[in-house]
Amino acid sequence: MTRHTALWIALLLAAIAVAPLLTASNAALNFIVFVLIIALAAQGWNLLGGVAGQSSFGHAAFFGTGAYVSALLQLRFGVNAWAGLAAGIAMGALVGWVIGFLSFRAGLRGSYFALVTLAFAEVLRILANAMGFTGGAAGLLLKLDLGFANLQFSSRAQFLWLALGFVALGLIISLRIAATRFGAQLVAVRENEDAAKALGVDVLSVKLRAIAISGAMTAAAGVLYLQYFLYIDAQIAYGVWISVEALLAAMVGGRGLVLGPIIGAFTLHGLGEATKAFAGRVPGIDLMVYGGVLVLVVAFAPGGVLGLLAKLRPKSRRSGETA
Amino acid sequence: MLEVRDITMRFGGLVAVGGASFSVPKGAIVGLIGPNGAGKTTLFAVIAGFLTPTAGSVRFEGDDITAMPTHRRAARGIARTFQIVQPFAGLDVRENIAVGAYLRHASASEAHRRAEAVAQRVGLGADLDKPAASLTVAGRKRLELARALATEPKLLLLDEVLAGLNPSEIRDIVPVIRAIRDEGVTILMIEHVMQAVMNLCEHVHVLAQGKLIAQGDPPSVCADPAVVEAYLGRGAAERLRLEASHA
Repeated sequence: MTRHTALWIALLLAAIAVAPLLTASNAALNFIVFVLIIALAAQGWNLLGGVAGQSSFGHAAFFGTGAYVSALLQLRFGVNAWAGLAAGIAMGALVGWVIGFLSFRAGLRGSYFALVTLAFAEVLRILANAMGFTGGAAGLLLKLDLGFANLQFSSRAQFLWLALGFVALGLIISLRIAATRFGAQLVAVRENEDAAKALGVDVLSVKLRAIAISGAMTAAAGVLYLQYFLYIDAQIAYGVWISVEALLAAMVGGRGLVLGPIIGAFTLHGLGEATKAFAGRVPGIDLMVYGGVLVLVVAFAPGGVLGLLAKLRPKSRRSGETA
Repeated sequence: MLEVRDITMRFGGLVAVGGASFSVPKGAIVGLIGPNGAGKTTLFAVIAGFLTPTAGSVRFEGDDITAMPTHRRAARGIARTFQIVQPFAGLDVRENIAVGAYLRHASASEAHRRAEAVAQRVGLGADLDKPAASLTVAGRKRLELARALATEPKLLLLDEVLAGLNPSEIRDIVPVIRAIRDEGVTILMIEHVMQAVMNLCEHVHVLAQGKLIAQGDPPSVCADPAVVEAYLGRGAAERLRLEASHA
């Protein structure tokens, strides 16, 4: 990472952090918090799908696990919300490791891996929807009990800073990984598994570590969602929507780049909101925009928004963004 | 150092390698030659751990490594290059070589330092910041060599590192390979470029249709009628001998 990139990251985070000081609009703050949660989920996706090249279509499995584990611990066992957060993240890592172990050991790659992750997420969704323990189709409602100890905040600004803290932590983890042996091995696995093996990379272990960390990050996003909206059901927590959001944000922002998920999440939802504002109440119009953006990105800008920006910048300054 | 015993590799009904046995002594440059489709690359894949043989065993420094996974063989000191070059296309040359160097060095700065040193050694010093995808064929072959070397191997398996190079490029890289051996790395190489085989190898094994048909020093192997026939067809040795005597 160059000083140039570090500066951009600091500026971006600072700009988001001061937003609550500039506006008191609930709509604006809601928007930023929601986008930050998506960005965090996408950071998890990006580590596995972007850096390590193992595209998942089922990150809902981790998002939902984080949310459900935390909610169940709080509701059924009276566990503290912060402990629920830690447990949710740990379970996200564990579920990631198990899904990874089952599919990577069987040698699944590419679209086969993507389909299997989708299947796991769907199984979890159906189970959560069917079982009484998880609240069935009615979902789980956290008791409103504002206070720092309960991870519930009366002001949206405080929650925004909390979510931003998680996103910043995700950035730091991603940057750290990119600068280490583990990061180099992840990229080597993405680029060419056979060559990586020949150079002594334990491909299975590298992939398992990647999916566990990825699962933990996306599970953290799930817990944040729960604590912000205080309600989840199977369709929200394990629904395909969040798998798509995580994947889309990372791809639109710039696959494999540390800033990709944040840029992508803001770009997508910014476009979505703008479309809603202009097009009025045409139902689903923002989803049509997502689809259109995805087609455009895949066809014309495989490097995403950041890749596009890098092309526009003078050559000498281009190298800094790769991670 | 390396001992290959009765290796048989069968793919369905096709016997790619049938009962091949040979050994590579420490510090040698040994050649493995043979016509196309003889099973040389298959044998390499078995030695490097990419394929598990149907029968037979591979021993390295006295230990049976037949069932050892590839990455652990690399850690033991066996490195290979690929006949069809496999660069990490999205990475630059330094990062490509560093992946190999990371095997023995956990720190990024040390791995990059090693990568630069290895690049100098194989003549890629000027290309460190270039994307691997932008290298010429000769450059990619050097990159294969550099990455394998960066793992600091005891045994280096070179699969046609000279194929596709022009004569002057071959002249440039032959001394590099000899220098690697002189620093104590044992080399087993598959090669079609006979000029290089004659030049580099002390001992040559000839594989044809999955069987080892001859071995010895390069000149005597080239004169072996069985070898000539394996390359040029039945009766070729006799015809060549006759033509030579008439001339």
